[in-house]
Amino acid sequence: MQFNIENIRKDFPILSRKVNGKPLVYLDNAATSQTPQQVIDCIVEYYSSYNANIHRGVHTLSQEATDKYEQARKKIQQFFNAKSSREIILTSGTTHSINLVANGFTSLLKKGDEIIVSSLEHHSNIVPWQMLCERTGAVLKVIPMNLEGELIEFEFNNLLSEKTKLVFVNHVSNALGTINHIEHIIKKAHQVGAAVLIDGAQAAPHLTVDVQALDVDFYVASAHKMCGPTGIGMLYGKEAWLNLLPPYQGGGEMISEVTFEKTTYADLPFKFEAGTPNICGGIAFGAAIDYLNLIGLENIASYEHELLTHATKKLLEIDGLKIYGTSKNKTSVISFNLEGIHPYDVGTILDKLGIAVRTGHHCAQPVMDFFQIPGTVRASFAFYNTKEEIDTLIEGVKKAKLMLS
Amino acid sequence: MTIKEIQEEIIDEFSMFDDWEDRYQYMIELGKSLSLIEEQYKTDDNLIKGCQSKVWVHAELKNDKIEFTADSDAIITKGIIAILIRVFSNQHPKDILDADTSFIDQIGLKEHLSPTRANGLVNMIKQLKLYAIAYQTQLN
Repeated sequence: MQFNIENIRKDFPILSRKVNGKPLVYLDNAATSQTPQQVIDCIVEYYSSYNANIHRGVHTLSQEATDKYEQARKKIQQFFNAKSSREIILTSGTTHSINLVANGFTSLLKKGDEIIVSSLEHHSNIVPWQMLCERTGAVLKVIPMNLEGELIEFEFNNLLSEKTKLVFVNHVSNALGTINHIEHIIKKAHQVGAAVLIDGAQAAPHLTVDVQALDVDFYVASAHKMCGPTGIGMLYGKEAWLNLLPPYQGGGEMISEVTFEKTTYADLPFKFEAGTPNICGGIAFGAAIDYLNLIGLENIASYEHELLTHATKKLLEIDGLKIYGTSKNKTSVISFNLEGIHPYDVGTILDKLGIAVRTGHHCAQPVMDFFQIPGTVRASFAFYNTKEEIDTLIEGVKKAKLMLS
Repeated sequence: MTIKEIQEEIIDEFSMFDDWEDRYQYMIELGKSLSLIEEQYKTDDNLIKGCQSKVWVHAELKNDKIEFTADSDAIITKGIIAILIRVFSNQHPKDILDADTSFIDQIGLKEHLSPTRANGLVNMIKQLKLYAIAYQTQLN
């Protein structure tokens, strides 16, 4: 498909609204992406035409809903190039996916085992592992980063040993946009027999991910950062690992047989999907993937790179502006501060101008501590943003600087 | 001046501005005139929780009235706490407890009252009132 920005923008009704009397400039895509009409229609269609519980009803609606839900799973499988749809667990999102794996490893770890995380992680990829360490006596080790906001590979290599059982790294840093060299991390971790979980929340909307080529053990992502709805996400796990992990939650749907003496669990993926799932969300996740495929991830990546280059150049022309995360290899995220001005103040002024950015520590306090700052202003671009919007941001930042200095 | 009179005065001042820019500019000016907390009181105990920026508030009882000082690392937040302190400082604890805060609405800062705003205006008011409760108990 030809990449036509005018047509793409028409797919997103929210982009034509005003905020504080100004046309909305939505640059908080790393927090959540906007939803195209195709996905909104899918949600409306679900509740208008075939809303029913899945996997158990013999009636037509239930079968239609089940078919659509399982088709969505198939789409997710193909999007990430998993071997089988049994390896795709639908969850409420990345955080849920990570907790599911962390919980499953409780019985597989012992005191003195080591877990490695990176210093670039979101809190959701730190706290579950700290809790796992508390439960098991395992020790958490951290891969440090350099001043560009890149993980230091030789430091990671040095942390690895036969004690290492698990490694957790995000594919792309939410706070800085750095694309981590996960191929290297996965290969090295496997050499000492450790399993690897990659948090792909920030990567899946921007990069082609092939879990088989990566040979990754677990990969997790959220639909709401991929033009889908909130409250739904995925966990990819190699079948052998998913068979090994015990179920996370008990309930209906995840069982094979139940007596008061013993319950046997259902096969994959249902073993991990207790209770009535987010049916509509799952189906809409599939529609979001259709949409991303229609635009084409390669088109998305190259257009977003243009936006990133344009914005970086323009922002750096502003006196006293500093960008955090300067890796050559990054997605369309720019974290910055104006000298002597609190990011919160800048965000407040930008909001008044209709520009939505994120301010604060971005749930990555260790990253902020590293740079010794309270937080940053983060502008994150999606394929439906334009250079004109970036120019509006630049004018907004200049205005904020003038007002706040 | 009573709390009510000070609030009226602030509403008057803000009514002169017809756009957000002037209003924020004025608030930033007010922030700069805030009676600053002494460095020794800038402790974690005096930090107000729930703010994206740091806000410290210190209170002392002088002649049965509470004197507040504060500071923040963000200038807009500093303006907001400066307005609150102008209203509540040098007042009797009971008057602070009885005071309503609907003037915030009237000076066009309603958006800062929403719990999703990270500046914690709600928490600031709560903290000032908590000091008033504590000193009121002491006076009784």
